[in-house]
Amino acid sequence: MAQQLRPSKPADKQPKIDWSRRQEAENFAETVKLFRQGKIDHDMFRRYRLQHGAYGTRMTDDYAMVRIKVPAGQIYPYQLEKIAQLSEMYSIGSAHFSTRENIQLHWVILEDVSEIMQSLADVGMTSREACGNTVRNVMCSPLSGVCKDEIFDATPYALAIARFMLRNPICQGLPRKFKFNFTCCEKHGMIRIVDVGLLPQIKEIDGEKRKGFKIFLGGGLGNRSFVGHQLEDFTPVEDLLYTSMAVIRIFDRMGDRKNLSRNRMRYLVNDLGWEKFQNLVLKERAVVKATQSVIVKLNIDESANEIQRPISVSDESASVPDGFARWQKTNVEKQSQSGFNSVFIGLEAGDITANQLRSVAEIIRDYSAEGFARNGFSQNIVIRYVHDDDLKSMYSRLIENGLAKTGSLTMASAVGCSGTTSCNLALTNSHRLAKEVQRKFLELNFDEDDDLRDSTIKISGCPNSCGQHQIATIGFYGGGGRHESNMFPNYTMSLGGKFDEDSMLGHHTARVPVKRIIPVILKIIELFKENKQPDDTLAKWIDRVVKGNESSKITGVEDIKKEIAPLIAPPKVEDEPDFYMDYGSDTNYHTVTGKGECAA
Amino acid sequence: MCSMIDSDMPIINSKILREKLQENSIRIIDVRRDQEYQQGHITNAVNLPLAKLLNDDSPESIQKIAQDLGISNDTPVVVYDDTFGALSSRVVWALQYIGHKDVKLLDVTFSQWKDLGYEISTEVPEIEPATHSVKINPEIMATAEYLEKVKENKNVVIIDNRERLNYLEQHIPGAINIPYRTLATDGKILRTKEGMKTLLKNRGISEDAEIITYCGSVGTLSGLAYYALKSIGIPNVKLYVHSFKEWKSLEKPIDKQENANYWDLSAE
Repeated sequence: MAQQLRPSKPADKQPKIDWSRRQEAENFAETVKLFRQGKIDHDMFRRYRLQHGAYGTRMTDDYAMVRIKVPAGQIYPYQLEKIAQLSEMYSIGSAHFSTRENIQLHWVILEDVSEIMQSLADVGMTSREACGNTVRNVMCSPLSGVCKDEIFDATPYALAIARFMLRNPICQGLPRKFKFNFTCCEKHGMIRIVDVGLLPQIKEIDGEKRKGFKIFLGGGLGNRSFVGHQLEDFTPVEDLLYTSMAVIRIFDRMGDRKNLSRNRMRYLVNDLGWEKFQNLVLKERAVVKATQSVIVKLNIDESANEIQRPISVSDESASVPDGFARWQKTNVEKQSQSGFNSVFIGLEAGDITANQLRSVAEIIRDYSAEGFARNGFSQNIVIRYVHDDDLKSMYSRLIENGLAKTGSLTMASAVGCSGTTSCNLALTNSHRLAKEVQRKFLELNFDEDDDLRDSTIKISGCPNSCGQHQIATIGFYGGGGRHESNMFPNYTMSLGGKFDEDSMLGHHTARVPVKRIIPVILKIIELFKENKQPDDTLAKWIDRVVKGNESSKITGVEDIKKEIAPLIAPPKVEDEPDFYMDYGSDTNYHTVTGKGECAA
Repeated sequence: MCSMIDSDMPIINSKILREKLQENSIRIIDVRRDQEYQQGHITNAVNLPLAKLLNDDSPESIQKIAQDLGISNDTPVVVYDDTFGALSSRVVWALQYIGHKDVKLLDVTFSQWKDLGYEISTEVPEIEPATHSVKINPEIMATAEYLEKVKENKNVVIIDNRERLNYLEQHIPGAINIPYRTLATDGKILRTKEGMKTLLKNRGISEDAEIITYCGSVGTLSGLAYYALKSIGIPNVKLYVHSFKEWKSLEKPIDKQENANYWDLSAE
């Protein structure tokens, strides 16, 4: 039988940390019952539910979204297989990879959430503190450990912080959610748009090379966005925990617990002024250090992961599969380890079917020498330590499973939050819009265009920031527009956002009706092509435009506005009824929202 | 004659069936298509493609099918398929409907049986026709009219076994959703008894409730749910055999989860 001819595979790699606590599942089931019986009030239950990673769902109390935390994005094959099974049993048969390295199961019946928790515990995972006013999933660049520009691998530190904070009493009831991002280098990490962002550094102190971080505090995206401030020149790793605790303690003590719309730490930093906040943190850190009754330390495991190339499944005589060059160019990054590559698996707005999850698990086993994958920052999955000689064969396997979408490392892979597909706050179907934009870009082969490669498109379905539109080269957030007596989905477009060392929030440029977004993006690209310098990229060009530094025909955003004005004028409803409908809907648009949960 | 199979066991364990393969007193039914059956089946199994049953599932027709397959009133019957038990449970239900008492699902699919390395054969066993009576079991059958009449009753629970997105899009008012995949577990077509009970307990479904299951069109996915519930001892379970397809064609009321574009979350 064919079954027996399959070569036996080595046992799955096991994660170093078990994040689960089984008892929480039973407690959750009991608490849901008490809530349904009216013995726990709505607000209290909501707080509890969020603490355990179950988010509310659009217009209903019957369903939840379960956000599975994946600290540092490290995910193992058998965990993916379990999530595949759970998505079929309790969700919609697809799972969703988020922008914060979580994996989400949507439209789960609230009463089934505890069963998901039980099953997650079977594979060492948790949804605990994935939502609510807690330390959310601790992120780490998917290229940490393999990035050519990194100084050292931050992953063990990200895992140690995640382990220290999870279920820790010091961060169970913060004024608001709290986010840590670790990175490998400036380019890959988004460290200036979170509460605490960390960039590895090595500094020579008294002739000795010391590991440490550049730490950025008080950044964040939202209705008002801020770029983080660097705390000090260098924070040695010994001070990582004390600094983190100090920041959390100050936020806990001084953060705004009343005004829901401005209780993230960035508002506190802004209100106090950076210097004052900085002084408070440094002083608090000294107090934390001085007043410990016992030594509190991070449990940092820097032992190397075993790198062992799986028995080659590649057939060297096989011909090069169609499209391989394009895929390699737009989805594969060379690692600092010679002969190895990181392969990005692009998904449409982060969605993946149960069967594809199972395929990814098998492909990790067959091709990754480290035996696990990393969730990316852009709703994608990264399989690392793939040998040069295996790329072609891996590409064929990805094609077979519908996972070889090109353009992962390019502007084509648009990010879209869940929007009206499940979120209570959403005004528009940003999720579908991101898919539509991506499809159009791939159809036009824009992923192969080097001029567009370092640009991004990010879309949110409301003025909040799950789609991270403020840091996109071209960003959009959803709202409603009205023409005569008819409403239509209308997005606010921002240009020139960046999240690297020159982090900058996008410049609000125009309001664009949903069905004109693709034409407007194409128009901007056309203007760029007409006016660009020889070595220009779209991102560089837009940067000059928004700063008023561009000397061509387009000198500033006002010129862009003029150029797109004819495209965005609303037609009469009888001339183009489709203009008044959102994607995924065949009826006229109207806004409906429920109570948001961000603040609960 | 006493049953060859412990009748307290809701589903027949593959190991036990294997031990009893040579006993001609058990009738094993393979409900896959003829072609698949011909290529290999569990040793001694006979073939009843589900389509043949669905073609005419009047009690008389079911009776004839049973008799032609050599099933008498006392013959222990085991049914299997290769589609997570959904097709075979529909056959189980049909036999129970005409009054057959000793009919069970195999706990694994044909593929799993094969993977276990258990006996398969391409030989078609000779069948000696038998006599089977018809003693209709009305308490396991629900019609549209019946469902409409009782659906508001406090003690009635209607379960839709289709996938979540189909349910959100449209369902019988008041129905709850337990997708058929929820009924299975790793490597077995059904959860353990304890696992099934936990699911019901979490959902607040009383074991004394009258439960009516339905799915898309012919009562297969919901047949599995019917069987799963019966197998843990829920006394009053009915299958709405003609399911949502008929409900819609009769233009009965339908509920929908409004104001959300959940389909766009699917990567299908």
